[in-house]
Amino acid sequence: MSVGRDNRIIAFCCEKSAYLAADRAGRMRLCYPDNVRIIRVPCAGRVGTLHILRAFEEGAAGVLVMGCQEGACQHLTGNLRARDRVRYAAALLREVGMDGERVKMVNLAPDTAEKFVRAVKDMAEEIKER
Amino acid sequence: MIIAERKRFEEIRSMLAGYKKILVVGCGTCVTICWAGGEKEVGILASQLRLASNKVGDELTILEATVERQCEREMVEEVKDKVQQVEAIVSMACGVGVQTMADMFEGKPVFPALNTTFMGMPEGEGVWTEKCGGCGDCMLYWTGGICPVVRCAKGLLNGPCGGTRRGGKCEIDPEKDCAWVLIYRRLEKQGRLDLMRKYYEPKNYRAVKRPGKVQAMQA
Amino acid sequence: MARRFRETLTTKDFIVTAECGPVKGTNTGKMVEHIELLEDKVDGLNVTDNQSAVMRYPSLGTCLLVKEHGGEPILQITCRDRNRLAIQADLLFAYSRGIDNVLCLTGDSVDVGDHKEAKPVFDLDSVQLIHLVQSLNSGKDMVGNELDGGVDYCIGASATPSADPIEPQLIKLQKKIDAGVDFIQTQAVYDMDDLKRFMEYIHRMDGKVKILAGIVPVVGAKMAAYMNENVPGIFVPQYIIDELSQAPKGTGVSKGIEIAARMIRQIKEEKICDGVHIMFIGREERVPDILEAAGILS
Repeated sequence: MSVGRDNRIIAFCCEKSAYLAADRAGRMRLCYPDNVRIIRVPCAGRVGTLHILRAFEEGAAGVLVMGCQEGACQHLTGNLRARDRVRYAAALLREVGMDGERVKMVNLAPDTAEKFVRAVKDMAEEIKER
Repeated sequence: MIIAERKRFEEIRSMLAGYKKILVVGCGTCVTICWAGGEKEVGILASQLRLASNKVGDELTILEATVERQCEREMVEEVKDKVQQVEAIVSMACGVGVQTMADMFEGKPVFPALNTTFMGMPEGEGVWTEKCGGCGDCMLYWTGGICPVVRCAKGLLNGPCGGTRRGGKCEIDPEKDCAWVLIYRRLEKQGRLDLMRKYYEPKNYRAVKRPGKVQAMQA
Repeated sequence: MARRFRETLTTKDFIVTAECGPVKGTNTGKMVEHIELLEDKVDGLNVTDNQSAVMRYPSLGTCLLVKEHGGEPILQITCRDRNRLAIQADLLFAYSRGIDNVLCLTGDSVDVGDHKEAKPVFDLDSVQLIHLVQSLNSGKDMVGNELDGGVDYCIGASATPSADPIEPQLIKLQKKIDAGVDFIQTQAVYDMDDLKRFMEYIHRMDGKVKILAGIVPVVGAKMAAYMNENVPGIFVPQYIIDELSQAPKGTGVSKGIEIAARMIRQIKEEKICDGVHIMFIGREERVPDILEAAGILS
């Protein structure tokens, strides 16, 4: 099982922000790459470091952790923990000789469909180049 | 408690060269608390090892387990079945746990994933500092509860040395406090500076003869 | 032939000692030149002991050279590299070869030196070392065994007049004085007010120990900043750094010598303490210039 075999991007989306933004993007008929798999979570802070690593083990080429803007997390610090875990996961990936840029933290408001689409497109580009 | 840190990934990986089936076993006590070798860290290391192997097309099967205390034979016994299925063991416990595993399963190589560093406590989130060196001859009552054996970089009993930096920082590391300045301030606060004015005889460095052994009196 | 140092301590008004830094190797030629240059101009010549934790030819060996050339050596022993057995053994040997002055130091940590992975010993601290020498002086080793042939050392220690905070240092200094030291060579001083304040503490503790103020010439503003950051126990004040940066290019060494000489003259004229200990490692050949500029070249 090699990394990025299916070019999939796993996007962990907080149901209070990113998931709503993704939904809105759909309703607005905005186009974004179809190799992204959205996983709804109650808060970005629910995503553990191991979830990120396991996603890569299962063949993902990129991982997005998408949550509320800093200061707006309904669980107060969930998005901050997520940010720190993404940083940690990136370091762990670099330790095994993989590219730390394959995992990214994205903060957005629930109605920013364009921002959601931009984040997915950027990651798809990132993957293609590597 | 015992503080340890995980070795660099490359070092762990190089120990495992040639092994195809291993067990990574963590410990649920000290190293869980200091984020070095608990269940979570076992999962992370196993995941990293798999990613690294996949990257170069190496074959590597990893079993995972965590025991409550890797320094207790009865608890270590619980992973007996998993041990039988593998060629080698990676222990994420402190040096005591690693050796307990090695003693219990003499037929399998046991590799340490951690560097055990000292006995200490949490100073802040994710920060642990050394407090005790296990010298076997505790003099904390003379020094206001601050150990000069390990908290003074030179282990002086009649400190400080002449190298103390301005503001009471240690000669060796400007980020660290001079233990003797700390002792001075503590004893001053308690009105017991006479303790610091006492002359302390050279230390008995043979209070614990290595390898140490203690036989408790009570059954 | 030099007068015995311990006599000088009690009879001379203003005592001058200097320091010799050994070579990293076995070519003792240059060291011998320094020894011959200085031994008749100072009352005692210290030899450093793996100074700054940099491995060098030993203090003990160099002291023998000083002795051979007619000088008065002061052996420096640190607690960093030797345990209590080795220290006692070295002291027995040194005395048997005519060395009878010893400076008892804790020692810089291995981290500042060139063998950073070495195991530091520190079996003893400087106060315990003084007690150890006193034991030997009284005819017994430090665990009480009678010696078959004893020693009689003149004992010195160090102090840091500009330490901040000063109180813990003073507590330790009192212990050294109580243990019975004959002389103290301080770490570098630059501020005479600091030195005067320090001498007030000394007078309150005990009048009998001789205090030699440490003089370390600084030859440039950059060197001063470097020393402040990296050399344990040294604090060069800003006004001296300013004076150095104003000196024209290429005159750093002369300026450093001028400042050092000025300090020495002030100490002597105002009788601030009992003398000076000049440390100009790497430039031992310029020490006579300092002595001359200070008006104490005999």
